Amino acid sequence: MTQRTISAPIMTPETEHFWQAAREGRFLLRRCTACGETHWYPRAICPFCLGETVWEEHAGGGTIYSWTVMRREAVPYAMGYVTLDDGPTMLTDFVGIDLDALKIGMRVKLAWSTAVDGAKVPSFTSA
Amino acid sequence: MTIKNHAYIMGAYEHPTRKAPDKSTAQLHAECARGALADAGLTKDDVDGYFCAGDAPGMGPLSMAEYMDLRLRHMDATDIGGSSYLMLVSHAAQAIAAGKCSVALITLAGRPRSEKPRVPNPMQPEAPWEWPYGIATLNAYALCAQRHMYEYGTTSEQLAWIKVAASHHAQHNPHAMLRDVVTVEEVLASPMVADPLHRMDCCVVSDGGGALIVTSPEVARGLKRPLVSVIGAGESVKHTMGGRVDLTYSAARVSGPIAFAEAGVTQADIQYASIYDSFTITVLMQLEDLGFCEKGQGGRFVADGNLISGVGKLPFNTDGGGLCNNHPANRGGITKIIEAVRQLRGEAHPAVQVPNCSLALAHGTGGLLGTRHGSATLILERQS
Repeated sequence: MTQRTISAPIMTPETEHFWQAAREGRFLLRRCTACGETHWYPRAICPFCLGETVWEEHAGGGTIYSWTVMRREAVPYAMGYVTLDDGPTMLTDFVGIDLDALKIGMRVKLAWSTAVDGAKVPSFTSA
Repeated sequence: MTIKNHAYIMGAYEHPTRKAPDKSTAQLHAECARGALADAGLTKDDVDGYFCAGDAPGMGPLSMAEYMDLRLRHMDATDIGGSSYLMLVSHAAQAIAAGKCSVALITLAGRPRSEKPRVPNPMQPEAPWEWPYGIATLNAYALCAQRHMYEYGTTSEQLAWIKVAASHHAQHNPHAMLRDVVTVEEVLASPMVADPLHRMDCCVVSDGGGALIVTSPEVARGLKRPLVSVIGAGESVKHTMGGRVDLTYSAARVSGPIAFAEAGVTQADIQYASIYDSFTITVLMQLEDLGFCEKGQGGRFVADGNLISGVGKLPFNTDGGGLCNNHPANRGGITKIIEAVRQLRGEAHPAVQVPNCSLALAHGTGGLLGTRHGSATLILERQS
């Protein structure tokens, strides 16, 4: 199957570590050391209480919160929101999956995609 | 302090062009300014406040003030996408109430059909977490429609009624890009572009623009145009809330009640509504969040022609809206206000004019409903 070209994620000093870990196959979230909450997208400062945050690994399981398929593109692709197990809801895309089988509430698991610059990007596929 | 009755929309102009390969964006802004000033019966030299947003070329008010040789004592270029102009009317009213200016000019113009889109700033913090997934305007709104259908049983047929109503109005607008009346079946038969949205659930792409003149009561009373008072305004923003994503509602849930409270009116009092219609789902969610129906009942509310002037209970977007008429610079905020002003002046097309229209609402959503968006609500009253 032809794959959509995935643009390179822009690195910043705040999130460089996430992309380094991704290359090693580890999927990281930020958890606040003050309020204890995880959030998405990863920030050094907790969006809920402005406390300091630290990285922690997530197993990559979740359920589809919403989805859509861009049908008229040269390579149709599916993207949407996944609610991570005991975690935040994140924007992502769905790969290696029947585009007509996507459903809200469907179980999915992490599947790394490769961007044009070789960076590993967290996508999801059927669990 | 309130803005109620402290400012009046005395000039309104919608550029007739829908494709402008032979003009610059600054030129379109200035043509719109000229049109609105002529409508108000004022001249450029009367303007002492200028308001624009992200579509203005160069450094917004600096570049445009120079282009038009405006001599200003107040300016504001807050950008919240397509909803900016509804918010800028409120900000202009606030500035006028505070004595910071007395004749405010607001312009919007752009050429998305004739020039390449601007490259977004790659340093926006959300970019690495969205761009690799092929996020676009279309799919960000489709995600809301998908979730709305799941939560409330909303159907594609119900969404289609919004486009059908817009097309009924657009047939009377000679400037509208799409003037053919369409049926629910035709909307459903148009290609699926991003599940569950069909092509006809989407607005047009057009070049063009518009401008408004907002003045103090003292200036307004010296002009010949009908008095359209800004009696209530609200603004807000909604986003992904640190990952506690909830796509079932918009920031209109905040901006709407603020505007209604300031105006001292209720939804039942509103005779005409301009509702931002980038997509059909945008309209449906805003109607719910503004309180025109219960949350989740938007599908039932819009069905069976309820938004068609002369047919339903809430005539909306009688110019054909973004779905059929015009969406200049990919920002439909100013055209929403302009059509509300036409209705309040009794200058809408006779086939869609709401009889004795004295109270109208205009509402906009800017940015992406499925990620982060701004929201601004205006309540306008015709006074004698």
